[in-house]
Amino acid sequence: MRAVLLRDLRLAMRVGGGFGLAIMFFLIVAVLVALGVGPDVALLSDISSGILWVIALLACLLSLDRIFSLDYEDGTLDHLVIAPLPLESVVLAKATAHWLTTGLPLGLVSPLVGLMLGLPAEGYLWLVLSLALGTPALSVIGTFGAALTLGLKRGGLLLSVLILPLYVPTLIFGAEVARRGSIGIELQTPLWMLLGLSFGVVAILPFASAAVLRINLR
Amino acid sequence: MFMVLSVQDLCIARSGQVLMTDVNFELAAGQALIFKGPNGLGKTTFLRVISGLQPALSGKIHAKEDSFAYTAHADGVKPSLTVAENLQFWADIFDNQNIDTALSAFGLNDLKSRFAGLLSAGQKRRLCLARMLISNRPVWVLDEPSVSLDTASVTQLEEVIKQHLQNGGAALIVTHGHLDLGPSCKTVNLGEYKSNRAVYGDGAEAFL
Repeated sequence: MRAVLLRDLRLAMRVGGGFGLAIMFFLIVAVLVALGVGPDVALLSDISSGILWVIALLACLLSLDRIFSLDYEDGTLDHLVIAPLPLESVVLAKATAHWLTTGLPLGLVSPLVGLMLGLPAEGYLWLVLSLALGTPALSVIGTFGAALTLGLKRGGLLLSVLILPLYVPTLIFGAEVARRGSIGIELQTPLWMLLGLSFGVVAILPFASAAVLRINLR
Repeated sequence: MFMVLSVQDLCIARSGQVLMTDVNFELAAGQALIFKGPNGLGKTTFLRVISGLQPALSGKIHAKEDSFAYTAHADGVKPSLTVAENLQFWADIFDNQNIDTALSAFGLNDLKSRFAGLLSAGQKRRLCLARMLISNRPVWVLDEPSVSLDTASVTQLEEVIKQHLQNGGAALIVTHGHLDLGPSCKTVNLGEYKSNRAVYGDGAEAFL
């Protein structure tokens, strides 16, 4: 499992691997939003946590269809199915690699973007925390979607349509943690809901993804 | 003789069409079978079913768990990794730390640090075949292994397979070319099992 994780990370760093794409997208869209909304700092500051979460969601989507499709096209996935490690752990390793190359860097640069969108000072810690707790769920759910659309030509669009609705609970509670944090009110409930969602999804979905992969690979 | 694989009354299908019926054969340790047959007969489907990548419509395949190493048309080689990194990955997966034997068996030592994307088709093929040696699996399932290999590389491949058979391994090979594997190799014409009927009933397996 470690081998799959390390290989995916290495592939992401190499030419054409797409590392950094999600962060660049995140930064650019944030700038576009700031430009589009205009110079009303109060308005920007009010919507900043929600906007950041929506952009993070979209940035996550960008690289989802690469999770399995490259390995599928060059035949690597067939070899991994026969290999002596459970497909569930391959799925988990790939989701982890996806998170390490998208979710984690997004969380790390989010304070910078928050600054640009006028996020109130109390909000930074909670924004980073909500992204840190929520993005693993985005990667794991996305991996499930990638498994579902495996082998479809131009399945990327279908993948987005399938996956975005599944992102709704994470978005609701994640953005709520960041919003409540930024105006300094009690945020225990959404925080625990977010954490529970992430744990639940990480525990269950790799099994579903592996089952779907087995069917799709026949 | 010790049988590593026994196939009974195997029936395979693809896209709602039965391709082959009543395939029966046994494979002993140290033995290789070469399958011949026209294009579109279902040879690749046949090998995928045997390797466990696809379910059979009916029939039984007896083999020990984790017996198979499979090489398909697609090389499964990552262009942005070097030759050594590509092999090392599979060595880690199969828990076998010795990639040097595999590299030298297919004459890849000089290409070790080259990115796989820069290899020629034949060199990629050799890299893909080298994975067989790393897998430590008894039954090699080879789908057109000699495609894009030059004469010298085909000889190398023959040597590696013969060595594998001598060590008690076995091989199932589909090829249109000629592979000289000595007396322990038999040729089977898969065309004899051909079937053209549609699948009756609701066997979902048939439509995969």
